[in-house]
Amino acid sequence: MDKNKDIKELLNRGFTSLESRLNGGAKTELHEYRKKALNKFNELRFPTVKDEEWKYTNIQPVISKYFKPAADATATAGAGDVEKFFINRNDFIHLVFVNGKFSEELSSGWKDTKGFKVSSLKSAIKNHPDIVSKYIGRNAAIEDNIFTALSSAFIEEGTFIYVEKNTAVEKPVHIFYVTNSNEEIMNAPRNLFIAGANSQIKIIESYESLSAGAYFTNVVSEIFLEEGARIEHIKIQDEALSAFHISRTEVSQDKSSNYLSYNVDFGGSIVRNNLHTRFNESGAENDLRGLYLTSGEQLIDNHTRIDHAMPHCQSHELYKGVLNDNSRAVFNGKVMVYKDAQKTNAIQENKNLLLSENALVNTKPQLEIFADDVKCTHGATVGQLNKDSLFYLKSRGFSQETALRVLIFAFANDVVHAIDIVEIRDYLEKKIAEKLATEL
Amino acid sequence: MSTTETNEIEKLANQEYKYGFVTDIETDSAPKGLNEDIIALISKKKNEPEWMLEYRLKAYRHWLKMEEPEWPNVTYVKPDFQDIIYYSAPKQRPKLNSLDEVDPELIKTFEKLGIPLDEQKVFAGVAVDAVFDSVSVATTYKAKLKEMGIIFCPMSEAIQEHPELVKKYLGSVVPYTDNFYAALNSAVFTDGSFAFIPKGVRCPMELSTYFRINASNTGQFERTLIVAEDSAYVSYLEGCTAPMRDENQLHAAVVELVTLDNAEIKYSTIQNWYAGDKTGKGGIYNFVTKRGLCKGVNSKISWTQVETGSAITWKYPSCVLQGDNSIGEFYSVAVTNNMQQADTGTKMIHIGHNTRSTIVSKGISAGVSNNTYRGLVRVGKKANNARNYSQCDSLLIGDKCGAHTFPYLEVNNPTAIIEHEATTSKIGEDQIFYLNQRGLSTEDAVNMIVNGYCKEVFRELPMEFAVEAQKLLSVSLEGSVG
Repeated sequence: MDKNKDIKELLNRGFTSLESRLNGGAKTELHEYRKKALNKFNELRFPTVKDEEWKYTNIQPVISKYFKPAADATATAGAGDVEKFFINRNDFIHLVFVNGKFSEELSSGWKDTKGFKVSSLKSAIKNHPDIVSKYIGRNAAIEDNIFTALSSAFIEEGTFIYVEKNTAVEKPVHIFYVTNSNEEIMNAPRNLFIAGANSQIKIIESYESLSAGAYFTNVVSEIFLEEGARIEHIKIQDEALSAFHISRTEVSQDKSSNYLSYNVDFGGSIVRNNLHTRFNESGAENDLRGLYLTSGEQLIDNHTRIDHAMPHCQSHELYKGVLNDNSRAVFNGKVMVYKDAQKTNAIQENKNLLLSENALVNTKPQLEIFADDVKCTHGATVGQLNKDSLFYLKSRGFSQETALRVLIFAFANDVVHAIDIVEIRDYLEKKIAEKLATEL
Repeated sequence: MSTTETNEIEKLANQEYKYGFVTDIETDSAPKGLNEDIIALISKKKNEPEWMLEYRLKAYRHWLKMEEPEWPNVTYVKPDFQDIIYYSAPKQRPKLNSLDEVDPELIKTFEKLGIPLDEQKVFAGVAVDAVFDSVSVATTYKAKLKEMGIIFCPMSEAIQEHPELVKKYLGSVVPYTDNFYAALNSAVFTDGSFAFIPKGVRCPMELSTYFRINASNTGQFERTLIVAEDSAYVSYLEGCTAPMRDENQLHAAVVELVTLDNAEIKYSTIQNWYAGDKTGKGGIYNFVTKRGLCKGVNSKISWTQVETGSAITWKYPSCVLQGDNSIGEFYSVAVTNNMQQADTGTKMIHIGHNTRSTIVSKGISAGVSNNTYRGLVRVGKKANNARNYSQCDSLLIGDKCGAHTFPYLEVNNPTAIIEHEATTSKIGEDQIFYLNQRGLSTEDAVNMIVNGYCKEVFRELPMEFAVEAQKLLSVSLEGSVG
């Protein structure tokens, strides 16, 4: 444990510097929560591979760094640097954060309108303190997760989206977390997405970098869907290949709500995504899709958990991975069906393609079922491309290389091709093709 | 479902354990508890050579350093290892030449269990090495097997008569350092079976052992070792029933299988130990380490198990596919009812080239029981062209039981093709309705559906066993639909 004492001390110092910036803010309810989270962080130990949840992911490289909070970083970025990431400047609402700080000049269209509030978390804390304190920490418990405790201790910035009932937000909200730092810094954005009854919203979350530093993103998102709400949530993780990314997304779904998630991982050196959805009431549905394309020494770990706590809910999960070089991927999908959750339908699938002999995949789809009238299946495959398909393409004049590329692309594209937002879909398809072209 | 049906079903579900009787034979027991003296006593009683005692003591000293694992998905009161009698043998034990000399009480017990020990049963073609409370009492067919060079005898005898073979293979698949219960077993095992099939021999009959826990408070620590040399084949049956007991009894066996080039071992188990009563009182703890090593090229190990008994079942019959082109198979039906808990599955470790494995697991949970499949498929870096197909289905009967699936797939080779599929379902009302409408009672309908569900596994069993397995299923389960 002594080994990790340094990073704990360092982060505690970072906390003191955060407190000194707060002025009057130190007396608020939110700050009490921060302090509680910091205490929890000091109390908890970092997980090791001996913990079942971290069996395949050794985070020692992450915690042996000396991260300081991003707020203490010196570098920033201008419009010229960040604009290249924008996919649709005109039609989307943009929120841009550079090294954890909200950039007003780079962001656009984020003014509150009728029935719809979108802003940085910092201004939400100022303008809508009641809403923020009502929802923050409700889904993501700090008790059992040291990274959540750490992230929560440094809550300052992030994205706040509040859609009132019966409101459909037409413009997708695109959030950029851009890091530009050669220092070892920790970004701890906090996202709070609340969709009121029968509302609709599309959210895209992008993680980009302008440098190749060993920085650390430790993001916590809390998402609430009230009755009949619908959220399409696309998370594109394209951090620097030297960066660490740990994310936790907690989703709670009320009656007949619909949550659609796309989780695409391109970058990062060690990446761990925890996605947890919970059905609070019956009739709700979700669809979780994930794609990870790894190469080099990358390690991408996706943990998902779906709690079927109520009857008549449906979940559908598809995670796919293409692994090259010495990269590793972990998939751990848990579907819990509680005692009274009859008529549950849960389908889970994880498919992996290994392209190199040093790539490694550890997959563990789990079902835990306590109700009898349910339909639950899961499947996992690891393998290569179908030889017949390859032969067919070659017989039509494709070269081996092109045929392979076409098939791998089709395999990966399967995850994203159903995305509603055309620009995002095109962008991801292009990005996948690019990544595959350089990998093959 | 109507009330009459429910009543009938309840009646069936409440069926008491059929094989709950205790044979009254004087036993010669060691005092309770475990220490080096007890181990020395066991070794002395068994008249073992020095190296065996050393092996036991090494295992014991290692065991002292180990902690009881807590990861399985079961809850139970941990056994008090100092409260167990580690040695008990039927007292009267001269060398027996024929069945007439066996204690008639014992013969009766075997008859109740239907062990084919008497002359008529010889036609069944089964050679039996009956283990009665840790000491083998009678062995048939030995002469015929001997002629072919097959050694099939109690482990204690093998240690005396074939020390070179035992020394070579004992602990080669499951070393005493392997896990807590394997270490304990290595220290205190009293008997078990040893089978050796020499080069090129195809064992002409199914070898069979009946394990039975009889004397009150004696944990049973069996040790089984089966070695099939080049191109040999053997099919081995293991079946269990146990008398009714109120205290939990611990059973921690170790089974090791070794196949050399082109050899094949087929290992079938029916486990029907006392599962405790409806409130979860009593029942056997079945903590077993079973592992097979496909050491040679083209070798094959196939595990088939039907697990219906025991309060807690915790075992993973595994295959280490070391030889090129070797094959591992695992077929399992695990049934839990009332308060039973089962955490079972397999491990397929692919090491050699072109290795293949198949896993078919059928879990059935009823009552308030919990049934867990836990399996590992690991493909090593150098295991080119490995192929695995896993299927694990769970059937839930009633809404108070649980089914859990924890498959681990670890793949480190791009040429591997690994598939895992799992489903969970219940017996459909429409299926029962259909069969009712054809004139079958609900009870028969459920029986038929469950048997159909398990067919894939049952057809892997030798015929006599398949019949017994179907009977067992009807007893342990069919009544619990409601």
